[in-house]
Amino acid sequence: MSTPKRIFVKGNEAICHGALTAGAKCFFGYPITPQNDIPEFMSAAMIEAGGQFVQAESEVAAANMLLGAAGCGIRALTSSSSPGISLKQEAISYMAGSEIPGVIVNVSRGGPGLGDIGPSQGDYFQATKGGGHGDYHLLVLAPGTVQEAYDLTIKAFDLAFKYRNPVMILADAIIGQMKEPLVPWIPQGLDPDEGQDWGLQGAKGRAPRLLKSLFLDDGALAGQNEKLAAKYRAMQVETDQELFLTEDADLIVVAFGSIGRIVKSTIRKLRAQGHKVGLVRPITLFPFPSAVLLDLARQGKRFLTIEHNMGQMVEDVRLAIRTVADSAFHGQLPGNLPTPDDFEQPILKALEG
Amino acid sequence: MNQEIRVTNYPEVLTDRASHYCPGCHHGIAHRLVAEAITELGLVDKTILIGSIGCSVFIYNYLSLDAIESPHGRAPAVATGVKRARPDKIVFSYQGDGDLASIGMAEIMHCANRGENITTIFVNNTVYGMTGGQMAPTTLVGQKTTTCPGGRCRENEGMPIRMTEIIASLGGVAFAERVAVNNIKNIKKAQKAVTKAFECQTKEIGFSFVEVLATCPTNWRMTPIQANKRIETEMIPYFPLGNFKDVLAKEEK
Amino acid sequence: MPSRVEFREDRCKGCLLCTEVCPTGIIQQSNRFNQKGYKVAEVTAEMMTECKGCAFCAMICPDYAINVFKTESAKGGAA
Repeated sequence: MSTPKRIFVKGNEAICHGALTAGAKCFFGYPITPQNDIPEFMSAAMIEAGGQFVQAESEVAAANMLLGAAGCGIRALTSSSSPGISLKQEAISYMAGSEIPGVIVNVSRGGPGLGDIGPSQGDYFQATKGGGHGDYHLLVLAPGTVQEAYDLTIKAFDLAFKYRNPVMILADAIIGQMKEPLVPWIPQGLDPDEGQDWGLQGAKGRAPRLLKSLFLDDGALAGQNEKLAAKYRAMQVETDQELFLTEDADLIVVAFGSIGRIVKSTIRKLRAQGHKVGLVRPITLFPFPSAVLLDLARQGKRFLTIEHNMGQMVEDVRLAIRTVADSAFHGQLPGNLPTPDDFEQPILKALEG
Repeated sequence: MNQEIRVTNYPEVLTDRASHYCPGCHHGIAHRLVAEAITELGLVDKTILIGSIGCSVFIYNYLSLDAIESPHGRAPAVATGVKRARPDKIVFSYQGDGDLASIGMAEIMHCANRGENITTIFVNNTVYGMTGGQMAPTTLVGQKTTTCPGGRCRENEGMPIRMTEIIASLGGVAFAERVAVNNIKNIKKAQKAVTKAFECQTKEIGFSFVEVLATCPTNWRMTPIQANKRIETEMIPYFPLGNFKDVLAKEEK
Repeated sequence: MPSRVEFREDRCKGCLLCTEVCPTGIIQQSNRFNQKGYKVAEVTAEMMTECKGCAFCAMICPDYAINVFKTESAKGGAA
């Protein structure tokens, strides 16, 4: 168990510490770069914590193990990286349909296909638009620092159980592999009876419980999908974002995760030169901070979306502000580690309008 | 004074509900064997059912147990997750041959090999039933299906897979037996095998597996009686009945 | 009345597997259809006297549609 003392760890380890301190009892994994630190760490730490670790035969199996374990109403997680996350989509769709609160960590890498093993934000669409088949959403949390990787992992479990919905932590190779100071904290007030009123446990002295996503009766699936949609609407209150120097800004840069953090350094530099630039860094990618962006648009600000892909989140930004403004876009290509300097010219160009 | 007693005593865990299965389908018998085994062993209150995809997807309507649905073939992985989360519970998957021996081959092999303390009831009727009678990994050579209308051909589709033999060869397996439910003698043996499989789980000695040779009269284009006879004349010769592994019996010796 | 079988005609699907395992061969297909349109199995009153109460029919019935009753004498064993 982590103690509140400053430690120096990789983002991948921070996610492990976060999961353990949040009370996760099962981890199911499979090797893939750049998330291997997670199953490696968990193979020992989860057992020490009195939990279960299984190196599954595939990402498909690992995600289905999560479906089973989380279906028992206990805190459980799986982790992988982009190609492996594709394989997990089957079980994630079932978790959404059966309302099972699994936590899925994606330390994403470049794609499509095998792509590369470097950082990328190419999985934004997959993470925020469902990812697997059917009409559903995950809650998606995007850490921008190692500390946030820890904090958001704890939050992921709380949200998963609050909404009985799968939650994805969308990190990338930068967050996963970067070492930074982390101050662990121990969440208070974890409900010992969490999940006990619906989880699988054997139907002793009560009616059996059934976790399913098959609804064949007339109107049954319609009813279930309406229930899910109501849940997704209710999730809007969880929207979270970092606002940095937005008040007097002429230009708002929208960037998430590691890129949001790097852009922040660029903005500091440009501010020192007198350029009025601010940052909105969405922390929840679903729900997306549309209202915040619209509010800024109504104040007459201009927008530039920067991502480590060829343009994905920018669609949500444009959708959010479509009635009053538009967003320019700068896509950082894969295959390199971006620095604050990389974003200076794109921001200056957008400032010029 | 003579008193009439009821000989048939259906376990309470079997719901009193008409099934959706076709006339003569053996699923109902296999369901009852499971119900009787967990009732006899006093496990009903702590048993969790892992459903699968196929005609038996609705098994939760017929067994009054906590249950979860799995994606096609993944029941052993889902079962692994459930058992790891709730090691004190009895966990079993109920799967057909398309589900287990084709799309779910990786999951069943590794679940068995890890020696997960779960039980799998594998119902082999040599065909994909629910989707309309397509070729399965266990379809016999020469057997006509909607996707091998000329009959399964060894050169093109390979030979039918004998799962129990494969499962028995894996290290984590405590019990593996192939049974049939086509006549009273075989039903009695099947009942013993299913009970033993669950007993292995209570003793936490590893994975237990029972393959049930079963009919699919509808997709075999046969009457229930013809289909029942085919178990004896065509299936058993290729899929021999018997125990292929029994760690408990070995220990008793 | 030594032993007897009862068919839940609403559950019977007319598969007739029971007719194959009855050692006395007293089960037959009736001329009646149930609500689902299945021609149900039966044992006529006349044939019922032959029933041994072995319950083989119930053991193979995939639809739990058969109940078997046996009358034991005070000394035990079928009367």
